[in-house]
Amino acid sequence: MWLTSKFKQIVLALKPGTVTLKYPFETRPVPKDFRGRPVWDHTKCIGCGGCANHCPARTILLRDLCQEVRVLIYDGAKCTYCGRCAELCPEKAIVMSPEFELAAPRREDFSQTLELFMLTCNRCGRCFDMEIKNAIDKLDLRGYRYDNIETRTVLRRTTDRMEPAVLDETEAARRPERIGG
Amino acid sequence: MPGILAKAAAKAFPKSLWLYHCNSGACNGCDIEILNVLTPYYDVERFGLKLVGSPRHADVMLLSGAVTRPTLPLVKRAYEAMPAPKLVFGIGSCAAGGGCWFDTYNVAGGGATAVPVDYLIPGCPPRPEAIIYGVALALGLVPQKAAPVELKQVEFPIDAYLRNKAWEERNVIYKLIKD
Repeated sequence: MWLTSKFKQIVLALKPGTVTLKYPFETRPVPKDFRGRPVWDHTKCIGCGGCANHCPARTILLRDLCQEVRVLIYDGAKCTYCGRCAELCPEKAIVMSPEFELAAPRREDFSQTLELFMLTCNRCGRCFDMEIKNAIDKLDLRGYRYDNIETRTVLRRTTDRMEPAVLDETEAARRPERIGG
Repeated sequence: MPGILAKAAAKAFPKSLWLYHCNSGACNGCDIEILNVLTPYYDVERFGLKLVGSPRHADVMLLSGAVTRPTLPLVKRAYEAMPAPKLVFGIGSCAAGGGCWFDTYNVAGGGATAVPVDYLIPGCPPRPEAIIYGVALALGLVPQKAAPVELKQVEFPIDAYLRNKAWEERNVIYKLIKD
């Protein structure tokens, strides 16, 4: 009797077939509107720093090395793939690609570095002088930004003019000491 | 006879990793994806992976979530309880680098603050396929795709002399218009 029930089991098991995906050997397209790794287009980027200001995980850092060179670092380990940077990029220089196979042994493997060439505006001294409403907006939008890229530290510090003294000072900036860190 | 069996087993199941799932303060998003990986649909038991309840049985720790202050010593203890050749997978953006909690008062940081993380699988949460990819990467089944990218708009340093010369040449046309 149990033998017939086993046959029945086999028939039942064969009916739906194999549902297991052969994933690492056979890939499958991702669903529509899937947000994978953000990809920067350095030819379109104007270096406004909107993505750095709005990143919830603070995973995009900006640092002005001199009057003309601005470095943007995307440190992907913290990225939550919310797509906010791509949404607010005025030049659509950031695209959320369908890449999700991002596993890597090192944290640096997720990073993207952009060296941007900034022109100098004759009127405001910078490319961007947006309509400034209050001091907080001023901090975000105007002047030079000095994040510490070496230690991946966000410093929401800006000045109107390029100041080498501030640049040197921020190089020594560290995040406050914390338990276990 | 047992020796032959052991050899045959070693050949049939090379690198069967037993997983211990350690939640160090995750939102359960990554935990659900880890469970999803074990379902028949994604079925990681194809690779000989098995979820075990105790760190003493495990080869691999699946760490999900940023390491919070209360869980920090517990994660360390669980890691020490694992037998020697051990791997740690940081699953999700929180375990990889702290996620958006990297700065908050009650979070010690990413998984790397507590234990040495060998493989990082970012995503919030990572797709089950991304987790399988990470495991397959550790087993050597797939090549690594992520690599640091460096992009430049202009090669630096710019030669100031050349730039001034170009500027002068460009201004010739205005001089001609004036004349």
